[in-house]
Amino acid sequence: MSARQIGEVILNLEHISLAFGGVKALSDISFDVREHEIRAIIGPNGAGKSSMLNVINGVYRPQHGAITFRGRTRHDMNTHQAAAQGIARTFQNIALFRGMSVLDNIMTGRNLKMKHGFLLQALYWGPARREELAHRRKVEEVIDFLEIQHIRKTPVGRLPYGLQKRVELGRALAAEPSMLLLDEPMAGMNVEEKQDMCRFILDVNDQFGTTIVLIEHDMGVVMDLSDRVVVLDYGRKIADGTPDQVRNNREVVDAYLGVAH
Amino acid sequence: MLYREAGQFKTSYGADQQIFPIRQDRIAMAAILAFFFVGVPLLANQYWLQAILVPVLIFSLAALGLNILTGYAGQLSLGTAAFMAVGAFAAYNFELRLPWMPLPVSFVLAGVVAAAVGMLFGLPSLRIKGFYLAVATLAAQFFIVWVLTKFGWFSNYSSSGVITTQKMQILGYAFDTPVRQYLLVLTIVAVMAMLAKNLVRSSTGRAWMAVRDMDVAAEVIGIRLMHTKLLAFAVSSFYCGVAGALYAYAYLGTVEPEGFNLDMSFRVLFMIIIGGVGSILGSFLGAAFIVLAPIFLNVTAHGLFAGNIPAGLASNLELIVFGGLIIFFLIVEPHGLARLWQIAKEKLRLWPFPY
Ligand SMILES: Nc1ncnc2c1ncn2[C@@H]1O[C@H](COP(=O)(O)OP(=O)(O)OP(=O)(O)O)[C@@H](O)[C@H]1O
Ligand SMILES: [Mg+2]
Repeated sequence: MSARQIGEVILNLEHISLAFGGVKALSDISFDVREHEIRAIIGPNGAGKSSMLNVINGVYRPQHGAITFRGRTRHDMNTHQAAAQGIARTFQNIALFRGMSVLDNIMTGRNLKMKHGFLLQALYWGPARREELAHRRKVEEVIDFLEIQHIRKTPVGRLPYGLQKRVELGRALAAEPSMLLLDEPMAGMNVEEKQDMCRFILDVNDQFGTTIVLIEHDMGVVMDLSDRVVVLDYGRKIADGTPDQVRNNREVVDAYLGVAH
Repeated sequence: MLYREAGQFKTSYGADQQIFPIRQDRIAMAAILAFFFVGVPLLANQYWLQAILVPVLIFSLAALGLNILTGYAGQLSLGTAAFMAVGAFAAYNFELRLPWMPLPVSFVLAGVVAAAVGMLFGLPSLRIKGFYLAVATLAAQFFIVWVLTKFGWFSNYSSSGVITTQKMQILGYAFDTPVRQYLLVLTIVAVMAMLAKNLVRSSTGRAWMAVRDMDVAAEVIGIRLMHTKLLAFAVSSFYCGVAGALYAYAYLGTVEPEGFNLDMSFRVLFMIIIGGVGSILGSFLGAAFIVLAPIFLNVTAHGLFAGNIPAGLASNLELIVFGGLIIFFLIVEPHGLARLWQIAKEKLRLWPFPY
């Protein structure tokens, strides 16, 4: 892999437990994420992977545990704080704004950075206009990066599935996040689309130093991309380590790989 | 001149971000404005100005207000007429109690009062959505009309809350002829429509649409749901409030709270459904359609059956045709007249080569 430097721990999860009524989605899970690394979360269906991402950026509030992000320890996150501190994400089931164009969807990713009030915006005058154009320039960089110039004015609802996933990544990237949470970014894609998506993820990580937490079912992809892997099964953590260590772990082979093959 | 964008290459994002990026659209817009500001006052008679154009413009403004809330921010409301009533009665009281206050200031403040009331009744939207929110705004509709009727202070203790508006005067200039009143309304509506267009294209408008389309994803991006929804209620009610003030001052002159009833709220809702939900242009098209269609049907019904059928039957026929048209739009083109117009433009852009 490239020469990028994996840094200190920036996200530390300790003893996280989350239940929905009687369903224990996560039981006493601890792991950490280091700056600039690509950290994968794998596990069979219903293992609690998506729930884990939802805990990290505050969509779900765990009943127990502590989350330390950039030196600050909290019992739970809240979505606004998470976004303001540079955590962006994509969803397992595409969560684009269907009534808006590709451009507008990606522009929304920069909303937090746009400071002028609605009165100035209504006048589209002076500072508000300059701000809008400056952010448009940034968004065009994202559009170039993801090679989606040709569809920038298309309503997202009309795009094929693979492109929608790419636009959703664009919306997350537009926020210039320091940490990116990706929930199955390649699910349902054909081989070529998967290769493109892998390339984008590696480039984001490499060029911008973005830390990436990735959920993925395709073991080949996971082994190629990630620096370290956490394995969940029925809401418990059963393994944690480099791809090689995880691949050779007895329990993982039984619980996960055994099922998959 | 053909309707084309060929040859018009945008060399900056500023050019691409214009309201009307295609030159022909800009020319058309200028022509339309010139027609309504110069042509209409020269051509139209008093009936057209007072009974058709002024109400169409005022309802366009109300529809615009509702469209901001429902079409852009996705919050259904059945309280539009009540927020208009707040604007009308607020303007009346400002002029009555602070006679030195210039009329435009009264109108703006009336909008601000309506915005505050709108925000108050928008609070339930933080907890409930869709159908249940509609029921909550229905409560606003009845409650506000009841308050304005019940407490005489709002109408300066006139019987059953009827108010007769003061004469419209700005800096000593009286808006006392149909042409002047029409031009005043047109100016206010045109300016407010432009502000709305800017707003819905800004990060505020994108936040509204994001909350409408997928609120969890909006939150994860860092959009605050509470702030965004309440702002939509405030801006929407501001527009409805100003529309209500104009309805009282420039259209009827004498109004009562009951005049702003649920029927009227539904009428504005039909305007945005027929005109186009989430479209500024649609607000105008829908208002024109709803105001003009009954007149048109009335004229044709009388022309066709003059004297042959009872008048009662004729007006029922109107209602049936009108209801049928609304159902037709809901089924065939749920995005309304504005969408039909857009399709026509897209066809025209490619004409005569469809591929
Ligand atoms: N909002 C919710 N309400 C109730 N139960 C939930 C909710 N979210 C997740 N769960 C439950 O928590 C458990 C873990 O779900 P989660 O979506 O985190 O699994 P996953 O590992 O992402 O699975 P998949 O591979 O299918 O995406 C499941 O039993 C699921 O039914
Ligand atoms: Mg999942």
